[in-house]
Amino acid sequence: MNEFMMLFRHTPNPDFKMSPEQMQENIKYWQDWIGSIAAQGKFVATNQLSFEGKTLKPNNIVTDGPYAEVKEIIGGYVICKAENLDEALKLAQGCPILNIGGHVEVRSFMKIN
Amino acid sequence: MYDNLIPNLFKTEYSKIITVLCNYFSIRDIEIAEDIAAETFLLASETWGLKGIPPNPKAWLYTVAKNKTIDYIRKNNVYDKIISNKQSKSLDNYYEIEWSDEKIKDSQLKMIFILCNPINAIESQIILVLKILGGFGIEEIATTFLTTKENINKKIFRAKKRIKEAKIDLEHIDSKLITERLNSVLISIYLLFNEGYYSKTKDFEIQKSLCLEAMRLCILLIENKSTNEPETNALLSLMCFHSSRFEARQNELNEIILYENQNKNLWNKELIDKGNYYLIESAKGNQITKFHLEASIAYWHCTKLESSNKWENILTLYNKLLQIEYSPVAALNRTFALFKVKGAKEAIVEAEKLKLSDYLYFSLLGYLYSFDNKEKAIFNYKLALNIAKKENDRQVIKKYLTVLNSTKNEN
Repeated sequence: MNEFMMLFRHTPNPDFKMSPEQMQENIKYWQDWIGSIAAQGKFVATNQLSFEGKTLKPNNIVTDGPYAEVKEIIGGYVICKAENLDEALKLAQGCPILNIGGHVEVRSFMKIN
Repeated sequence: MYDNLIPNLFKTEYSKIITVLCNYFSIRDIEIAEDIAAETFLLASETWGLKGIPPNPKAWLYTVAKNKTIDYIRKNNVYDKIISNKQSKSLDNYYEIEWSDEKIKDSQLKMIFILCNPINAIESQIILVLKILGGFGIEEIATTFLTTKENINKKIFRAKKRIKEAKIDLEHIDSKLITERLNSVLISIYLLFNEGYYSKTKDFEIQKSLCLEAMRLCILLIENKSTNEPETNALLSLMCFHSSRFEARQNELNEIILYENQNKNLWNKELIDKGNYYLIESAKGNQITKFHLEASIAYWHCTKLESSNKWENILTLYNKLLQIEYSPVAALNRTFALFKVKGAKEAIVEAEKLKLSDYLYFSLLGYLYSFDNKEKAIFNYKLALNIAKKENDRQVIKKYLTVLNSTKNEN
């Protein structure tokens, strides 16, 4: 088995605010989707990224927020185990990011000896 | 009364005598402590029958054990002096062997940490705990693990050898070692409980006493400040919830009654209350361990009302549990919870992804298909029946098959 990283990207809509009920519902979608991967014994790790952040550029230039100049931001990741990229892609199906217009990028890890 | 007095005392006092004496012997001499404990009980059975039971049997046992220890040291001193020309040990220490409750509990706690040493396989750890701390006989242990007495004796011999070679005596158990090893001790206690709860043996009394021993050890850890951690409470909570269903999950014929069919009035309310109490205690830290999640799942299983969020909560908890630690049983249980929340169709899709191969997996598939594809349900139950070994399990599967076969044409 190899490890793969799924990166969740989406374009935040500043006009759209989720109600607490929607948020709760959203958490459930994510938990069920990740739970499904974990139930297959293929889960390794996950993290959700918060909106707080800064970007460091050459010459010590620091900009606020991860999304000052990019439209799309990374909302989090899951590391999973799969035989190959195709299987990892299958695991990505049903990811709740797809429901809000976002997408999942599935990447393999480079092997460095 | 006399008939049961000695066996009952043996169950509790034999291990106390050994553990307390180990404060005065190095762990390499644990067999001497065991011999003294055994001889003490031998003398009790010989004299109590003739002279009557002493007014305070426990104190009698402790005094005899102390005297036998002094005798042993004295003889050993003579031997050391004449044969090996060594210095004699002072007897003062041994005259003051202490049998207070506090000393006993402290010794037993330390002994748990000596016996649950990861240098031994987990099964051997449990066997040693049962033998030395639980006062279990070789025969009971052999029944527990469905093996022969010779086999258990061999395992005890090897495991003890390793413990002796590790040279960790009771006095070496300090707070640093306790912190390092608490987690593996809790896992051993958890597995000891499971050994009883999901037992290989059909002997109901042994199953129960294994669970009780696991709970007793966990209470010992909770009573001690250095081991009274949130996860210790979570483990006890989990065991309380599970054992509350002990009477309900087995009928007179020793057949397992599935959760759904249990008489909920047989659930033990006192144990459920205790489970709730320790669950609240377990919430004091900011760590969520697998014991916390399993205790919370068990909590929801103990709620009698089928509230709308019961299974949703159970599903969420299994989702989290599987992220901490995958196990096929948790994966199956998660799928069952998913069925309760989202129905059979979605659950079948998830179940097919699991690709397991044990009888429980095919039973679950059979169950899920039984709602609208009886042919496939029968197919899966038959697969399960081919794999299932325990007679109890086979009976349950056969019952489902009979129902399915009789209603097959109603599809």
